[in-house]
Amino acid sequence: MGGTVSADHDGTNLLEVRGLTKIFGTLTACDHIDLNIAKGEIHALLGENGAGKSTLVKMLFGSLEPNAGEIFWNGQPVRITSPGAAKKLGIGMVFQHFSLFEALTAAENIALSLDDGSPISSIAAKARALSYSYGLPLDPESLVGDLSVGERQRIEIIRCLLQTPQLIILDEPTSVLTPQEADKLFETLERLRAEGKSILYISHRLEEVKRICDRATVLRHGKLVGHCNPREETAASLARMMVGNEVQAVVRAPVEGIETAAPLLEIRGLSRKPATPFSIPLKNISLNVRAGEVIGIAGVAGNGQGEFFESVSGEVQQQDAASVRIRGKDAGGLTITGRRLLGAAFVPEERLGHGAAPRMKLSENLLLSRHATDGKAFVGAGGMVKGAAVYAASQRIIEVMDVRKSAPDPEAAALSGGNLQKFIVGRELDRRPSVMVVNQPTWGVDAGAAAHIRQALIELSRSGSAVLVISQDLDELFEISDAIAVMHNGELSKPMPIAEATFEKVGLLMGGAEPGHAEHTMETA
Amino acid sequence: MMRLELVKRPQRSALFSMLSPFIAFALTIIAGAIMFGLLGVNPLNAFRIYFIEPVSQVWQLHELAIKAAPLILIAVGLSVCYKANIWNIGAEGQFIFGAIFGSIIPVLFPQFDGPLVLPLMLLLGMVGGAAYAAIPALLKTRFSTNEILTSLMLVYVAQLFLDWLVRGPWRDPQGHGFPQTIQFSDAATLPQLMPDAGRANWGFVFALVAAVLVWILMGRMLKGFEVRVLGSSPRAGRFAGFGLNRMVFFAFLLSGALAGLAGISEVSGAIGQLQPVISPGYGFTAIIVAFLGRLNPLGIIAAGLVLALTYLGGEAVQSALGISDKVARVFQGMLLFFVLGCDTLIHYRIRVIGLALTKKEGAGKLEAAPKLKEAR
Repeated sequence: MGGTVSADHDGTNLLEVRGLTKIFGTLTACDHIDLNIAKGEIHALLGENGAGKSTLVKMLFGSLEPNAGEIFWNGQPVRITSPGAAKKLGIGMVFQHFSLFEALTAAENIALSLDDGSPISSIAAKARALSYSYGLPLDPESLVGDLSVGERQRIEIIRCLLQTPQLIILDEPTSVLTPQEADKLFETLERLRAEGKSILYISHRLEEVKRICDRATVLRHGKLVGHCNPREETAASLARMMVGNEVQAVVRAPVEGIETAAPLLEIRGLSRKPATPFSIPLKNISLNVRAGEVIGIAGVAGNGQGEFFESVSGEVQQQDAASVRIRGKDAGGLTITGRRLLGAAFVPEERLGHGAAPRMKLSENLLLSRHATDGKAFVGAGGMVKGAAVYAASQRIIEVMDVRKSAPDPEAAALSGGNLQKFIVGRELDRRPSVMVVNQPTWGVDAGAAAHIRQALIELSRSGSAVLVISQDLDELFEISDAIAVMHNGELSKPMPIAEATFEKVGLLMGGAEPGHAEHTMETA
Repeated sequence: MMRLELVKRPQRSALFSMLSPFIAFALTIIAGAIMFGLLGVNPLNAFRIYFIEPVSQVWQLHELAIKAAPLILIAVGLSVCYKANIWNIGAEGQFIFGAIFGSIIPVLFPQFDGPLVLPLMLLLGMVGGAAYAAIPALLKTRFSTNEILTSLMLVYVAQLFLDWLVRGPWRDPQGHGFPQTIQFSDAATLPQLMPDAGRANWGFVFALVAAVLVWILMGRMLKGFEVRVLGSSPRAGRFAGFGLNRMVFFAFLLSGALAGLAGISEVSGAIGQLQPVISPGYGFTAIIVAFLGRLNPLGIIAAGLVLALTYLGGEAVQSALGISDKVARVFQGMLLFFVLGCDTLIHYRIRVIGLALTKKEGAGKLEAAPKLKEAR
């Protein structure tokens, strides 16, 4: 780690950033950051959530204005005042969360963002040519709603490439991809590099960074830690730079006698018709989660996980009351509040707008999911909210989960994704629920926070709760699960004990191999 | 060729959010001065007559309270709706139905007398307003109709229904054919607060009490939290276990009941009988009051007094200067326009884009940028 490696690859720097600073209230999100990106390099931007990566990138893309510092583009000082200005300079960005209209075709989506009045047919032709030349095959006439997440990302990338940028910023691009799709993406990035384009690659997956990035800039707590060559570093040394100390490996003690433990969450023949033209029907899903175990549900995004979560949580209720049972009681007809009162807790995939109300304070967001279960503690006579008790509880969670924030009780939207996730998970753990259902527990969360969340889930299960984790991150599932089931096209395979599960077997099921045909399935009943 | 774009500001200023109603008021005064100037009146003299003379004596303050009471009562209810992202535009109709329901006892059972009459009337007024508000709520939850349209259209139904009642079945048989009901008895009349000083009645007290109660509801109670969550992020509200349909009914019934209370208070307090027209548009003006008061019940008290003054001022300039009292409507409209404009500019800034330029101007133009200095 350490020393500044000067950009002497190809001579000039495409982008130079000196002393860039952004202050939000009392929090300095970026504190005098220096960054050089040479022509034709893949440059990694590493850091935990809340380290200032997003803030830095937003300043480079013109959606935030810096308080101080300079940006040089091809040696010229520039002010990037809007995303439009960034695009004109030649900076393109592929966001972690896509902004696509599902009811339009890929080409129509691209045309919307180009906004130059060229006919759809010519845009489609250009997009098709570009997509094949970069090894990202895409049919511009297809409806976005019908496409997989990987294909949607291709639209975003091609939309960005059509504007012939010299610098492409990619924010956590592989977090939504299968291993095979990620390999494809890396080939594309290497091709772009060979053409002399520069790429700023934001990721917390250290193996990936080591594999494709030429240089890395590491941020921690808004400050620059240093620049390094990731190929000369180990994953552990990179993690140390990011976190400031060793990331604790998640410890999962084997559980004994789980077969005889009582199932706390039972799902029996759960089916659901698609609610919208773009949602997936659920087909006859059955699963038991026992006290003391963590069951993981793997699957490529958009295979019914969201619909499954809604059905289990009670945001959508079932006709058949026995299709979801919590602690031995029929819960299919209960609302989410009723299911919480039976001892269940839920963490949805989306943090802002689903798990938390963005414009409300953290203490109010605590009340959001716990006003009924903690009715005595938080709500007094006549429906008056006990503000002091709610505030104290939220501060306790903030402390336990090490949530970093810029004010004593900030709005949820003011927190970085990882810190908000820590709060949302902590809010439920604080209840010691007997059943915990989590969708994408560490999506977009940095290594340190992710390890913290995973360890907490394992510990919850070992203390006698049933934990169900839905995740697209296979590494994560293998780390924490006692058994893994796979969701594909609204169907769920039988859970495979972790001792028998391999990436290959799970990958096959994710790709759509018949659920019943997995070799070593375990009968859980 | 150029085009204007609204660009969202990364941060909104807390200071200007607070100042917004005052800036709007100042802009209204400036625009009003220009308007008076164009009408050929000395603006300073007109403002004195419009804003100062109507409140220079105690009995006039009582008149102000009479006008402010229904505005505050209605606006407080509407603020709950708007916080919940439910757009009840039909408070005028709920006001009228509150008045009609409340008048059932004094009109149909005039011989019924005693201390119970008035509380029953007020209660019936609230029931009438709430029942009339339940119609758009039912249509919205059952058939997903747009409540803006249904609640607004029901206003005209209510106005015509009242008109028919006072010309037909409820007309005072001894009224020489005038379209009005009998005068309410003393037991059915809302008492005045200080009969020696002025006409202000208990309606103003109801308004203040309602404002404080709703302020507590929204800021301190779980139900108010539910309103705010469902209004700002419905999906998080569903995750919290709050029902959106229940909320539609809650907001409509509450605002309808308050509008109904305003209606019966107006009829039994200020007017004393039902007439074809019982409101100078309180239900619509209350929308301005709600926004001018930042949807905050305590702010609404202040905003209600300001808007009440525009009514009194309109009457004053009409009698003193011979200008149409529609001036009041103009002032109310300008206030709403400037408030909404200020609010928009707090959240967005305007960017002017020359279309002819953007085509030619490439990256070159952007590079001539000043160095950013350390901000302190």
